[in-house]
Order: sequence, then structure tokens, then C-alpha cells
Amino acid sequence: MAEAKPLDGRSLVRRRAGLRLWLSAGWLALLCAVALLAPWIAPKDPLAQDLFLGRLPPFWVQGAEPGYWLGTDSLGRDVLSRIIHGARVALTVALVAGTITCLVGASLGLIAGFLRGWVDLVISRLIDIWMAFPPVLFSILLIAVLGPGLLSIIIAIVVIDWTRFARVVRAEAMAQGAMDYVASARVAGRGRLGTMVREILPNVLPTIVVLLTLEMGIAVIVEAILSFVNLSISTDDPTWGGMISEGRTSVHQAWWVLVFPLITLFLTVLAFSQLGEGLKDRYDPVLR
Amino acid sequence: MSFLSIRNLSVRLKKGPSLLRRVSLDVAAGEVRGLVGESGAGKSMIGKAVLGILPPSIEVTGGEILLDGVDLLQLPPAQRRKRIGATCALIPQDPLTALNPSHRIGPQITDRLVDILGWTRPDAETRARELLAEVQIADPDRVLRSYPHELSGGMRQRILIASAFAAEPKLIVADEPTTALDVTVQKQILKLIAGMQARHNTALLFVTHDLGVVSKVCQKLSVLYAGMVVEDATVADFFAAPRHAYSAALLAATPKYTDPSAGLQPVPDAVIAAVQAEVAAFDKGLAHG
Repeated sequence: MAEAKPLDGRSLVRRRAGLRLWLSAGWLALLCAVALLAPWIAPKDPLAQDLFLGRLPPFWVQGAEPGYWLGTDSLGRDVLSRIIHGARVALTVALVAGTITCLVGASLGLIAGFLRGWVDLVISRLIDIWMAFPPVLFSILLIAVLGPGLLSIIIAIVVIDWTRFARVVRAEAMAQGAMDYVASARVAGRGRLGTMVREILPNVLPTIVVLLTLEMGIAVIVEAILSFVNLSISTDDPTWGGMISEGRTSVHQAWWVLVFPLITLFLTVLAFSQLGEGLKDRYDPVLR
Repeated sequence: MSFLSIRNLSVRLKKGPSLLRRVSLDVAAGEVRGLVGESGAGKSMIGKAVLGILPPSIEVTGGEILLDGVDLLQLPPAQRRKRIGATCALIPQDPLTALNPSHRIGPQITDRLVDILGWTRPDAETRARELLAEVQIADPDRVLRSYPHELSGGMRQRILIASAFAAEPKLIVADEPTTALDVTVQKQILKLIAGMQARHNTALLFVTHDLGVVSKVCQKLSVLYAGMVVEDATVADFFAAPRHAYSAALLAATPKYTDPSAGLQPVPDAVIAAVQAEVAAFDKGLAHG
């Protein structure tokens, strides 16, 4: 009884949110560190082939070679080193493509939702038309036109996914725009831009942050899908999608070539989405 | 010379029905005018038109809004906003949505003074503290540091009143400032508004559907039906003898708490039919002339 604390719903919610935030941020921080330091911490050269060491199992399975912790693929390349190097591509795509998509989509959504009128009409129709394209085919088409490469992937993600932000932010900005505090700001003499940036944006920001982290996860998946269909960056460079694609062909002989990159991909996408939720719980003034 | 003078103001939905039909009214400096009528009669619309915050789907089709002798409708938007910002303020209806949930109370009162009216920050902060004391908030420093969701509805409405008076406006539009509040708080808030209005000698356009409130706060009133002013009178004359049949019925419909057995008196159908005929005749007159 000595340590009995008053029962408060908020502290319960907060502790759970805190755990989620720290786990996801921890995983992503680890991944970032690994990606930055890849040349120094990867145990082997990710491109070095050695046909005598092909399809070595991970370390706890009978027949493993020391030094190849997660085994090797059919060409004898070290799986762990390839995952570590693949994190560079995945994170670059996630951060750069996610951020640019967010900036483009959220700006257009905010403008449409706040200004209404013909601006909204144009942007909304654009969103409708955009969403009618099947996204995977659209991205394959775009890459085919732009040519494979990191930049093409980023452009493809931005071009396809900006509508995700624009739609949600537009609706949110519209709802906020109808609030009395916006009317008060207008009466006080704030201009349109000032009202949008000072009054509306801070209230839409929690939503944007959640969407941004979701988008980063999606960007990782899109990159993997494009690697899977051989439309990502050059086939030599290790990417998680490329590894999954290669591992698929030998899954019965060497499951680890498929499973380890898949787990990494899964954890990363999950971490991004949980990071968004965690940040929202922690920094949304209304929930706080 | 009245500070606010509305002449024949007509407003309608874009390519739709009329919402205000040649509304005229005056508010002298330091005077309180009530705007009463049923839901949808156009009470709030008048306030919004004066403050230049009509929704984009609504357009002004004619008339003048003279603020201190200058027709706001003739000014370019930037100048109009500047003029309104310097002389007018709004006490909104719903205190729960009228403060920005993302900002602390302090900046919400002071930023407008600093950014738009060019006060120095220390001056604005001193002013905010004074105002909160004036609206009887016990601990101004704590409240200034709070977020809106940490405060009660009554507290927030006090802050909005303080904020409206911050720049010493000449005219305040109060849009049903007590409707969203608990009955027990309503009376205090009304007293507060009336007191502040008298001390600062501010003209007040008081939008309400509660005739009881009008009798306590206002000197003049306009009764609206379907966007038309059916009666414009001093409060004393109105409560002694309303001239228009509709206003008389509206007055009779006010529940009498002293006599619960009397029941509720709806506005008779005949009166509604008569006033609707009046509106129709008015529209017809407009179409022909």
C-alpha cells in the first residue's frame, strides 16, 4: 500500500504510448546507425561472391561457417552484410521520398482545404484523376520512362503518393477552417497566409506527422516492390526487395535468404507507423 | 452619428435564396443593440457581414455597411480587413472551438496586438494580465500559460471576452455568447459583458434568440424574420408594446418561469402565415422594382 498512486487514465495511456515510441524510435535509430556505418560494421563485402560458400545456413544451424552470421545466398554472398547495406537504400528512399511527398501533398491539401473555391476545385479534381490510376502499374510505367535508379524511385513515390497527404490534410484543414478561432483571427486582421500558417497548420500538424511516418514505411515497401520486379536501382547493389526476390527462387533450399530481409522490412515498416502514433500521443496538445 | 450604420443590406447564397432582405440598422457609439429572431432568420449573418467573415458560398448583393462613415463594401479587401481589425472584435458563440487548441492562452491574446497592431510584447503581456483580472480570473499568470483544453467552458468564454476588449475596439459583435454555456454560468457572463461594455463604452451588436437576455443587456433591438427586419425599437418600447404581430407573438412565446402551469405558447400559425406573406410581397416588389 505504501506506493499506491491515484488511478489516472492519462498516465496509463502515456506509459503505453511511451513504450511504443521508444521501441520504434530505437529500432529506427539502430537502423540509421547501421546504414551510416555500413562499410565499417558489415562483416563481409556485400558483393563478394564465393561459390564454395553458397547457401550457408545461419549460425545456429548445423553446417554454418563462422563469420557468416545469417548465412549466405546461392552466390555465396553474406546475407547480414547485404541487409546492412540494403538499409542505406531503404532509409534514403524512406526519408527523402517521404519528406518530399509530405511537403508537396500537405501543402496542396492545406491550400485547397483553407482557400476553398476554384483552387480547391482544381486540386480536388486532380486528386480524383490521380487516384484513378492503379499505383503499382503507374510506378512501373514511370520507372520505365525515367530509367531505373534511386532518383527515379524517389520521383515515382512522390508523384504517386502525394494524393495520400493532400486528401487527408484538405479534409482536416476544412474542418479547422470552420472553427470560430479562425473567424476571430480573420476579424483581428490576419491575412490568409498568416491564418493558414499560424492558426490552421499547428492543428493539422499531428495528422501530417502520422501520415509522414506511414508514408516512410510505404516508401520502403514501394522500393522493395520495385526491386522485386527488377525496376529499382542496379541489380548488383543490395536492396531488401532485391534480396527477397532472389531468395524466393531458392526458398526451399535456403529459407534464410528470403526470411531475414523480410523480417527487417516488416520491422522497419511497423516501426515507422508506430513512431507516428507514438509521436501523436505524446505531442498532440489535446490528447496530452 | 452612429458608429455602425447598415443600409439596405442584401445577402444571398450564390445563385440561391436570399438570406438578408434589405436590412437596415444603426448602432451608436457605446450603444447595445440586440438582434433577435428564430434560427435561420439571419441574425448571425448580419454580424458576419459586418466583420467580413461571410462564408465563401455567400455573397452580398447590395446595400452599404458604414463603419465610422466609411462603406466597408467599397473598400479593397486588405484595407477593409485592416479597418475592421483596428476597430472591431468578435465574441464567438462556442468557447470550445473559439480558442486555438494548439497555442497557449497568452499568445492567443497578445500575438494579435503585437503582430497586427504593432504593440511591444511587454505592453501586450501587461495588457493581457490586466484584462484577465478585469474578467475576474483569479490566477492570470497560470491561465496565460495554459492550453485551452485545460480550462472550463466558462473560463474560456471569459478569456474570449477579455481578448475581444484587448485592443479597445469601438464595436464588438457578440454572436450568442451565452448559448453554449451552462445556465448557471450564463448570468455571470452576461453581467460581465454588460459591465465591460459600460466601462469601455463599446458599441455592441448582441446576437441572441433569448428575449430575456435582450431585456437585461440591450438598449435597442431589431427583430428579424427570414432575413427581414420586422421591428426596430428601443427595448423599453418593445417590452411595453411590440408593434409587429410577429414580435408580439415572439414575446408571448417566451416561457414564464414564474408560472410553470402556463405551458409553452408557440407562435400562432396565422402570424407566421402573415409574416411569410409579407416576405413574399417584399421579394415580389424587389423583382418588379
